[in-house]
Amino acid sequence: MSLLDYLLPYDFSPLTILSYMLVMGFYGVGLIRMPEQDRPGSLRIFAFTLGVLICYAVMQTRFDYYAQYMFFVHRGQHLILHHIGPILIALSNPLPVMRFWFAKISPGWRHTLRPLGWVYNVLQQPFIALFLFVGLIYFWLWPSIHFDAMLSRDLYWVMNWSMLLDGLLFWWLIFDPRPPAITSSLGYGRRMLVLAAAGVLQMFLGAWIVFSRDMVYDVYEVCGRAWPLDPEVDQLLGGMLTYIPPAMMSILGILLMLRRAMHQDGKYTNQSKQLEETAS
Amino acid sequence: MRTRFWRQRTNIISATLTLIASLLLTGCFGNDEEDWNGKNISGLMPELEFDLINSQGKSVSGDDYSGRVRMLFFGFTSCPDVCPTALQKLNQATSGLDPALQDEVLTLFVSVDPKRDTPERLAKYVDFFGDNIVGLTGKEPQLRELAKRYRTTFGYDEPAADGNYAVSHSSAIYVFDREGNPRLLMRPDLSREEIRHDLVALIQEDA
Repeated sequence: MSLLDYLLPYDFSPLTILSYMLVMGFYGVGLIRMPEQDRPGSLRIFAFTLGVLICYAVMQTRFDYYAQYMFFVHRGQHLILHHIGPILIALSNPLPVMRFWFAKISPGWRHTLRPLGWVYNVLQQPFIALFLFVGLIYFWLWPSIHFDAMLSRDLYWVMNWSMLLDGLLFWWLIFDPRPPAITSSLGYGRRMLVLAAAGVLQMFLGAWIVFSRDMVYDVYEVCGRAWPLDPEVDQLLGGMLTYIPPAMMSILGILLMLRRAMHQDGKYTNQSKQLEETAS
Repeated sequence: MRTRFWRQRTNIISATLTLIASLLLTGCFGNDEEDWNGKNISGLMPELEFDLINSQGKSVSGDDYSGRVRMLFFGFTSCPDVCPTALQKLNQATSGLDPALQDEVLTLFVSVDPKRDTPERLAKYVDFFGDNIVGLTGKEPQLRELAKRYRTTFGYDEPAADGNYAVSHSSAIYVFDREGNPRLLMRPDLSREEIRHDLVALIQEDA
């Protein structure tokens, strides 16, 4: 196989390619057109691009082939779609670019798009966000659902897209750069609680897969593996990818939130006092 | 204000969502009207379609065998265990059918090893496993396309010193009804009686 075969999509999805092109297009054009003082630094641009690129790579290159026929590669794919990619994108803080484009939307359109904002607000309630984030992992890994998702092309795409979109929502809620003291973003304490809960719940599932003696996910057995790997090894590796890296990510997230909380300690006291005074 | 509005309603909203989710889940897992031994794959996969050559070397498509219940199986003739066991089991399952029903079922054995499996070799091989079985193969891209369509794959091992190599392939049997709609996915560990039960149900349902 040539290099091109590895880079071209295994299962070509025009909608996916179009979505990625639009995201990168809007980000790039926004960067060029926006006032220089608002423009994110090169590290942030790099983090955003890398996040988008790795998500694209696991969906529209040869990687997707291995993800369809190997359980552990599939777990790696979801680790990127649900965790690493969205984390990089959220940490890169694309808010200035989004604000730039938001300012271009006409008031009429903004009015039409308001229901989207309501849906977003509901989805970003901490309990709902946590329920969706962990619930989706459990849902798609429920053995009978997983079997169907790997057999049906449509379900497979719904699975991967739902993981990516939910990953973006969740990690944006967690890494929202706006200080909670003066904006409506979630407080640091709650962010850490949500992260801890997500970590523990994912560890349960991961541990269950790792320590299962039976074959839990036999669809890879039935439909053939990409190469002849021992099924138990495949399941063990997949379980470990569900168990360890997500837990580590939760802890890293908590540390990052602690750091932010400590940096912002006392920073906004005067301002909030002023706000209180004006309010009263 | 709006944030507070939403925060106050978090509990109600989450309780409702939990309820909806649990209803959906029980709906998904609870009902399986038919008593199939195989796994019901209706609606999960596309209709039976292929573009291959048969063991006489002629080009054939899915339509050439329509009107019968079809069992699609991927393999290769040098296969040491999985293929002969599965084909023998399918043969036993179909030959135990009522003679009037036997012609209603056809096994499509697709060899994914076109390098070694010439049409002649394929013909000899499938003849060994009964009458209602057709050997099919094609060029590798055609086979890859068919495998991808049914969410499976195959791969070749490195050849040993004597030039023989193993081929990894799906062990599943895909069952299609007379119209070519995907219906069941049978694991090879089903017994011939279980397979026969499902075949009879499919034949009678369409008749």
